[in-house]
Amino acid sequence: MSVAAFISIAILTLAGALAAACLRKLIHAALCLVVAFLGLATFYFFLGAEFVGLVQVFVYVGAVAVLIVFTILLTRREDEDAAGFNWGGVIVAVAVFAGLAWTIMKTPSLSVVAPVIEPLTVKRIGEVLMTNYVWPLQCVGLLLTAALIGALVLVMEEKR
Amino acid sequence: MTPTLQLCLIISAALFSIGLLAALGRRHAIFILIGIELMLAAANLNFIAFWRFGPEPQNPTGVMVAIFSIAIAAAEAAVGLALVIAVYRHYRTTNVRRFNQLKG
Repeated sequence: MSVAAFISIAILTLAGALAAACLRKLIHAALCLVVAFLGLATFYFFLGAEFVGLVQVFVYVGAVAVLIVFTILLTRREDEDAAGFNWGGVIVAVAVFAGLAWTIMKTPSLSVVAPVIEPLTVKRIGEVLMTNYVWPLQCVGLLLTAALIGALVLVMEEKR
Repeated sequence: MTPTLQLCLIISAALFSIGLLAALGRRHAIFILIGIELMLAAANLNFIAFWRFGPEPQNPTGVMVAIFSIAIAAAEAAVGLALVIAVYRHYRTTNVRRFNQLKG
């Protein structure tokens, strides 16, 4: 992986994220969010976590983005005052970025290059998931079931 | 020349700040959810980067945390968007400035 490819993907991802945060039309913002998520998946591929990149494409681009578009279409109304910008939030975000970037630049131990490793296979991930991480896996299954039921209960029509 | 951990962390910090910008700067409930998703994605990128550049990358701890984090983010998005729909039914708007009473 070369630095030029890395930086060009970074620019694409950050541009997509910035467009998702700043565009006036919600539906355009949701489509730009898809670009940002695809860029992130490319980063995971670059960093050697192919399985996470694939999961990112399936879950975020396949499910979350579609869910957001559905919600936008269900709650669509053209009230323009909702498109206003809160400038205090912008100042806070820029200050947080400045602080984080200053800290990262000042830390000398962070300028390491990636060590050469053997590729992480899906078989290995499955083995670890079924041995060391079996309790977290069960908890996530329970959480997803609870979220499914909770989302259904929240959007169900009340009986009169 | 290959990228360093510093570059990954700078990208992730920028992504986190953009998410914070969307969550704090916009007044639309769906934009706030998009901002939270972006911040979670930035945290995931950090996990993967620290795993890859860390001292023992043959131990896939960071990858596991990232997978669980993606699952939890999906659950959070589903419940959050259901809440947006439920609130929209009541107030007929998604502007968070108008959500100013708990019951009524």
